[in-house]
Order: sequence, then structure tokens, then C-alpha cells
Amino acid sequence: MALSREQIAKRVAMELQDGYYVNLGIGIPTLVANYVPSDIEVMLQSENGLLGMGPYPTASKVDADMINAGKETVTAAKGAAIFSSAESFAMIRGGHVDLTVLGAFEVDQHGNIASWMIPNKLVKGMGGAMDLVAGAKNIICTMTHANKQGESKLLSECSLPLTGVGCINKVITDLALLEIKDGAFYLLERAPGISTEEIITKTAGKLIVAGDIPEMQFN
Amino acid sequence: MAGFDKVVTSYSEAMAGLTDGMTVIAGGFGLCGIPEGLIAQIKRQGTRDLTVVSNNCGIDGFGLGVLLEDKQISKMIASYVGENALFEQQLLSGELDVELTPQGTLAEKMRAGGAGIPAFYTATGVGTVVAEGKETRHINGRDYLLEPSITGDFAIIKAYKADRYGNCIYRHTAMNFNPMAATAGKITVLEVEEIVEPGELEPSQIHTPGIYIDRVIKGEFEKRIEKVTTRDNNK
Repeated sequence: MALSREQIAKRVAMELQDGYYVNLGIGIPTLVANYVPSDIEVMLQSENGLLGMGPYPTASKVDADMINAGKETVTAAKGAAIFSSAESFAMIRGGHVDLTVLGAFEVDQHGNIASWMIPNKLVKGMGGAMDLVAGAKNIICTMTHANKQGESKLLSECSLPLTGVGCINKVITDLALLEIKDGAFYLLERAPGISTEEIITKTAGKLIVAGDIPEMQFN
Repeated sequence: MAGFDKVVTSYSEAMAGLTDGMTVIAGGFGLCGIPEGLIAQIKRQGTRDLTVVSNNCGIDGFGLGVLLEDKQISKMIASYVGENALFEQQLLSGELDVELTPQGTLAEKMRAGGAGIPAFYTATGVGTVVAEGKETRHINGRDYLLEPSITGDFAIIKAYKADRYGNCIYRHTAMNFNPMAATAGKITVLEVEEIVEPGELEPSQIHTPGIYIDRVIKGEFEKRIEKVTTRDNNK
């Protein structure tokens, strides 16, 4: 069975390491915060100027001056720091954030990502996405493997306007975990119950399948 | 002798000198940390053909969104302009021009503008539409874009507390773009929740030193919230 949004988030969370500073994008990436393993500590960075994002507040603690990059009311975690947007993006651009998790419309075998604009639809803007993909040391892209029409979102060449070039090295979809290197997708794990054949069929870009591909293990 | 006392008591004084065709840099992220009263004054004054530089353009009926109602903005430089039907309408009809700029680049353009740096290189946007028409340089094995910095005729910002000299502190994430915007205006106007006497704020705790501030006004803030999320209604 294809992974649910929550299961994708859970698999992403297994990539977290103790002491990581992490920026989570909107959508599935936001859910990753719910699955941080209990034996490690991570600090969430929100690009509007918060390092150490805590959970949503209780109703009585809602504060208009305390929001995240999705403009939701949040709290500051113990040991948090708050700073300006320039400082926030100095952290991001300067490569100090250990991991960025973000969604995408398309990813290609060269590590290019398209996530911010669909031509002829309303353009709302890239927000911080271009800065994040240009600056992070380590990026995981989460998305469904194919769109609603069944067309692959893992391509040989992105067709939509790019957010960044050559910056994505890991993709976790509802069907698989793949690494991108040397101009190809490398299939590393299958979602439980998903066959290698199905992943091959639904991957339009160059896909390398070496030997038996293990199923994802959730603990 | 006014000395360093920058406090003004009316909004018309606060925004005096703003005329048609000027560039206004505004602090704030979404509706968080925006100079509500200064925006309302620009609307009252009816100044037109403005270029507004801000991360967002408010929402319909609040924040910078109110300046769209009488078509006072002709160009918007922002990173994200969703949540605003009027904006969409004026963009599609060609009455409004928009220059979408990556958020970190926008913050740095203001910072650099205020710091006397005319342009800077960044990897953000390389290989994307943002790079079109810009100089690219290969430095230490990587491509970078030359991004020009931004200054404004006016900067309008919001802080929590200021002393009469304009030294100010921000509250929580209402800081966001305000410190950079503060430095990038030829005239910077600061709207605050509370004005205190010089000496009352701890010097080492000041976020923006008064040298960047030209006028200070005490405002009343509605502080509307775009998305109230709580532990209880967390989906």
C-alpha cells in the first residue's frame, strides 16, 4: 500500500539525527515534527526568525506576535532564540541548518526541484523556498510519486519553473525512498507492499535498481 | 531644541513628506509586526503610484492590503503575495506590477541597502527565473547571482518599545523584517506600543539603535492573526 501523509512524515523523521537544526516546509514536512524519535533532540527553525519552534499554543496562550513561517500561531520551545529575517536567512544561506524538508511538484534526476510556480495559474511567490534549497546542506523532498492523473513527478527534466538546480539528494514519496546522484534516481527502499515494478513504472526519470530492494522498516 | 527626541504626536506628522511615486519599505511578516497606524495614514493621505517593498502585501482589508483598495500601489516587491483577492485582480488587469523576490534575498537587499552595500552575490535563485537578466559569477566552484540592494524614500516599521531617541526593541517574531527595513529608509518612521524615556531600555538589549530612526509615534494595534492554531484544534 502506498504510504499515507503521516507515514511519509514518519519515514522522514527516521532520517533525523540528534542535535540537528531542521527547517520543515508546509504540508507533509510540517507533520515530521510529530514523529521526532524520543531518544534524540532536534531544534526546528522557522524562517520568519525562530530557532526552537514549539507546539501550537493552548487557546489562552495565543499571541499575535508569535507565529511561524506558515503564519500559524506557535510557541517557543525551551532554549529557543528569536531574530530578524536577515539573521534567519544567514543561517540558511550560510549552510548552518542541518536539514531542510520540503514538498515539490516535480524533482528530476539531476537534483533540480520545481515547487513554487505553475504557469498560467496564479503566482503567489517563492517565499523562502529558493533560499532554503540553495543553502541547506541536506535536503529531503517529500511528495507523492505520481500526480492524480498517474503521471510521474520524478522526471528526467523538470517541466515547471525551477526553485533550485542540482540541490536535491533524497526523495521520500508514498511509494519509495530514493537518492539522487550522478544524474539518476537510485531506488533504496520500497513502501511496504509496493513492488519494484510499480516504482519503475511510475518513475519517468532514469532509475537505478541494484539488487533486491528492501521494504521500509517502521519502528 | 529637540535634540534626539524623535517623538511625533500625529500620524500626519509621522508620514509628512511622502509623495506620489515614492518607494516605501515596510517591516512585517504577514500581519505580524506591521505598522498598522502608518499604513492607515498612507491610505488617508491618498498617496499614489507607490512602490512598496515588503515580504507580503497584507490581506484583503487589513495590513498593506488596504492600500490596494484605492489603487495606491503601482509596484510591489515581495516574496509571497497569496491570501489577497484584490492583489490578484490588479495584477491580472495590469494595474499592479510585482517583482517576486526570494525571502532571504529580500531581507539581504534591505540589510545591504541600509549598510551602504550596493549589491551582493548569492546562490539563491541560480538557474531559475530570478536569475534572468542578472550577472552571474563563478566563485570558489559555485555560481552566484549579483543582486542589487534596496533603499526606500521611506521605511515604515513597528516595534514593541522605543525610547524617545528611537532606540527600540521588538517582541517575539514581530521582529522579522523590521530591523532591516529600519536601516533602508531615507526617512524611517517607527510605530510602537509604548514609548519610554531614554535610559529606561538596557543599552545592550536594544535591537535597532536610534540612529536609524527619524520619527517615533505611539500607536494602537489590532494585531489581527492570519491563522489561529492551537493544540486543541490542531488537525
